[in-house]
Amino acid sequence: MSQPTGPAFQGHAQKQPAPPPDAMEVSLTINGSRKTLHVAPWTSLLDALRLHLDLTGTKKGCDHGQCGACTVLVDGRRINSCLTLAVMAEGRTVTTIEGLASGDALHPLQEAFVEQDAFQCGYCTPGQICSAVGLLEEGHAKSDDDIRELMSGNLCRCGAYPNIVAAIRQVMDAQPAANDGGAS
Amino acid sequence: MIAKPTIPAPLDRPGSQIGKPVSRVDGRLKVTGGAKYAAEFNTPGLAHGYIVSSAIARGRILAIDTAKALALPGVLQVFTHENRPSLPWFDRKWKDDDAPKGSPFRPLYDATIHHALQPIALVVAESFELARYAARLIHVTYEADEHQTDLRAAKADAFTPGKDKGGFQPPPKPRGDADRALAEAEVSVDLNFSQAVEHHNPMEMHASTVIYHTDGSLTVHDKTQGPINTQTYVCNVFDLSKDSVRVISPFVGGAFGSGLRPQHQLFMAVLAATALKRSVRVELTRPQMFSFGHRPETLQRVALGAKRDGTLTAVIHEAVQETSQTENYVEVVVNWSGQQYKCDNVRLDYKLARMDTHTPLDQRAPGAAIGVPALEIAMDELAAKLGMDPLELRLKNYTEVDPNTGKPFSSKELRACFQQGAERFGWHKRSHAPRSMREGRQLVGWGMATGVWDAMQGQAVASAKLGIDGTLTVGSATADIGPGTYTAMTQIAADILGLPIEKVSFQLGDTNLPMAPLQGGSWTVSSVGSAVKAVCDRLRDKLAGLAAGLNDGPLKGLKADDLTFADGFLIAKSDPSWRLSITEVMRANDLLVLEDEARSVPYYKSQMKHALGTHSAIFAEVRVDEDLGTVQVTRVVSAVAAGRIINPKTARSQILGAVVWGIGMALEEESMIDQRLGRFMNHDFGEYHIPVNADVHDIDVIFVEEHDDIVNPLGAKGVGEIGIVGVPAAIANAIHHATGKRLCDLPITLDKILEA
Repeated sequence: MSQPTGPAFQGHAQKQPAPPPDAMEVSLTINGSRKTLHVAPWTSLLDALRLHLDLTGTKKGCDHGQCGACTVLVDGRRINSCLTLAVMAEGRTVTTIEGLASGDALHPLQEAFVEQDAFQCGYCTPGQICSAVGLLEEGHAKSDDDIRELMSGNLCRCGAYPNIVAAIRQVMDAQPAANDGGAS
Repeated sequence: MIAKPTIPAPLDRPGSQIGKPVSRVDGRLKVTGGAKYAAEFNTPGLAHGYIVSSAIARGRILAIDTAKALALPGVLQVFTHENRPSLPWFDRKWKDDDAPKGSPFRPLYDATIHHALQPIALVVAESFELARYAARLIHVTYEADEHQTDLRAAKADAFTPGKDKGGFQPPPKPRGDADRALAEAEVSVDLNFSQAVEHHNPMEMHASTVIYHTDGSLTVHDKTQGPINTQTYVCNVFDLSKDSVRVISPFVGGAFGSGLRPQHQLFMAVLAATALKRSVRVELTRPQMFSFGHRPETLQRVALGAKRDGTLTAVIHEAVQETSQTENYVEVVVNWSGQQYKCDNVRLDYKLARMDTHTPLDQRAPGAAIGVPALEIAMDELAAKLGMDPLELRLKNYTEVDPNTGKPFSSKELRACFQQGAERFGWHKRSHAPRSMREGRQLVGWGMATGVWDAMQGQAVASAKLGIDGTLTVGSATADIGPGTYTAMTQIAADILGLPIEKVSFQLGDTNLPMAPLQGGSWTVSSVGSAVKAVCDRLRDKLAGLAAGLNDGPLKGLKADDLTFADGFLIAKSDPSWRLSITEVMRANDLLVLEDEARSVPYYKSQMKHALGTHSAIFAEVRVDEDLGTVQVTRVVSAVAAGRIINPKTARSQILGAVVWGIGMALEEESMIDQRLGRFMNHDFGEYHIPVNADVHDIDVIFVEEHDDIVNPLGAKGVGEIGIVGVPAAIANAIHHATGKRLCDLPITLDKILEA
């Protein structure tokens, strides 16, 4: 039998490992507050939020941009924070699930998610809600099928999809008619 | 259109909370990011662990070179089998509450590789990124042995397991002569099935954060379906006292069975924390979520014989499932086929085959989710051969007793499921010939199937503390992996003591709370709910006694049964104007708090005389693109009989979610092994497909009325599993109706439809 030698599963070993990178300064606005962070450039925005800012509402579900649990709003646009380096957010405005409510008053989508029971375990929920905020802002969704399609980047293993659509629909229906063009 | 929930009327009693569609009491925490999961307890000085996984499926580690990793500033240690602390030798020290017969996997125990992606080293560093980087610098030399990961080859050495796991019943002995009856049957079908490996893949990846206290004690935040199971495992493996290990897991980001056994990240985090005397977190990566238990690959044969009028004369169900080299993982796959229909000649056979994979693990409706669809697809094929309505065939062979044991069901409203489900779906409009309902290039198909699951109960203990202000805190060391346990338990407690929901809180996920069993098998409402009922009944009786003892009070001499508890008051049934508030009763007795604890024990005697189960009827509509072979499940009606429904809102969500699981099982989910490497190749969400929002359309849930005094004091059977069972069959049968193609290898991907 062959004797495979080589790196462990994670990847390829290098002859002379590069030293860990030094920390860099990043300034950004998170949920309305100006923050200055010192993080190594290999730190994802997701890890910066969860580990450096203790904003653990943003979830890590795959770290590969495949599940949407880490969705946050950067300058109002929904993105996967696991595919964004923290240093790329320099000068940007980031909104996470912790920043959606105004004091005790929940965001209409947060209210609707509770009312429609649009989650079970709750782990994908912050990403779903941030994604839905982005979706409504984009203004492309007109029908339930549009919502389904445009929310398909956010996986829910509990299978709350019908209730997620109902929650978004509820907020969409309560909004004044959206403009047709839609921002991107 | 989104289907509206069917909500049975709440019990006709003032202040009643059971049966109300209450929104989740933990909902606000979950929509604001306030709910903390295992990897979210941050603490100063937290170190981060990253696991290195084996590149081979079987063999030995000849050398692990950790020098480059250790040379990096900030790397604290690399743990391997070569430098690990002393660990117990006896298997029993590694057992947990869900362990089957055999030797549990021991991480970092020695140089032996048992399965691909086996954890072989843990790098601990000051930061997550550094640990991840350092893990890439570890160089491993292996000696690989031949591996066996092909079930079709391994089944040559299949063996019949014994009663190798809690809750497992080997198949009953044959009834009559099924093989002869099959040969002599007027009409028969004989089908072979395969079910692919599925990985649980909860959205939250398995993680453990271990907080190390200066006195050496640990607080463990673990992704688990049973905090006590985690505590017992940690204490046994690391020789720690129960006093020094507290597990706190208030929220679990889904599990579906993956948290029934302690996973290796828990071992790694505790190992590092105790060795380094530091707080440590270890979180698996998504690919590493394919490195432990899974729904086992299964091969089945179902053969049915019948008379021309549809009367079943023969049922044969054989299954071979994968297990590991070290443990006998078993689940009930074939027994259901002897229970579902009346038939005099039945032969059921269940075998295991050993492979070089991690031991499989219970996954939502283990066994039934695989075995029942095979039977139900065969029933559909039989109906097609008979030219009979598939629903009619099921009614023709309906049974009111469990033919496996001869015992009557404690309750079985399956007929009502068939009737109400068919009506809601419009089943009578079905034209029964395959390919008869096309719309252009879209082939429309309607299929149906039956589902069945157990109604189990275990022992549990709950505590309750009532304050003079009428606030009630109830607790039990169960989990809430998503079904809504916080909410259901709060409702049960509020209902019994007649308190508003807002006045009641339920605590769980903490080993300082009284004992609860693992959350699984749909038995939490039954087990923990009955304990909550028991302790609240006691407080109710105590309050009644205190009120009755107040000589100048309006309730003097009355008993608990003479009183109604509503809105924080004790009210005489005979004259509702005679009432006292809880506060008044406690103040008059100089009490600030009233506390108690109670254990609930199943009604063993009456349960022994009955078969207990939940039942369902599923109707599905698919549209198959004739050119592309793509399948859309456009409509599902699931009618469920599961006793009393504590919360129709959260219960409906469980059925919705389980139907989504059924769609995944029927059409998408498959962990594929590269047999040359013995490794799952599609180990991420890009390649392992679970249903996305666009895959899910109308799902309509019906809970039929079902009364049951035998299952438990609540009459509630639990709904976590029943929703998935049968769904893959309803979809496969709908695909047959649409295309005329009988597909028995799940998942039914488009290539199979185009090739058939």
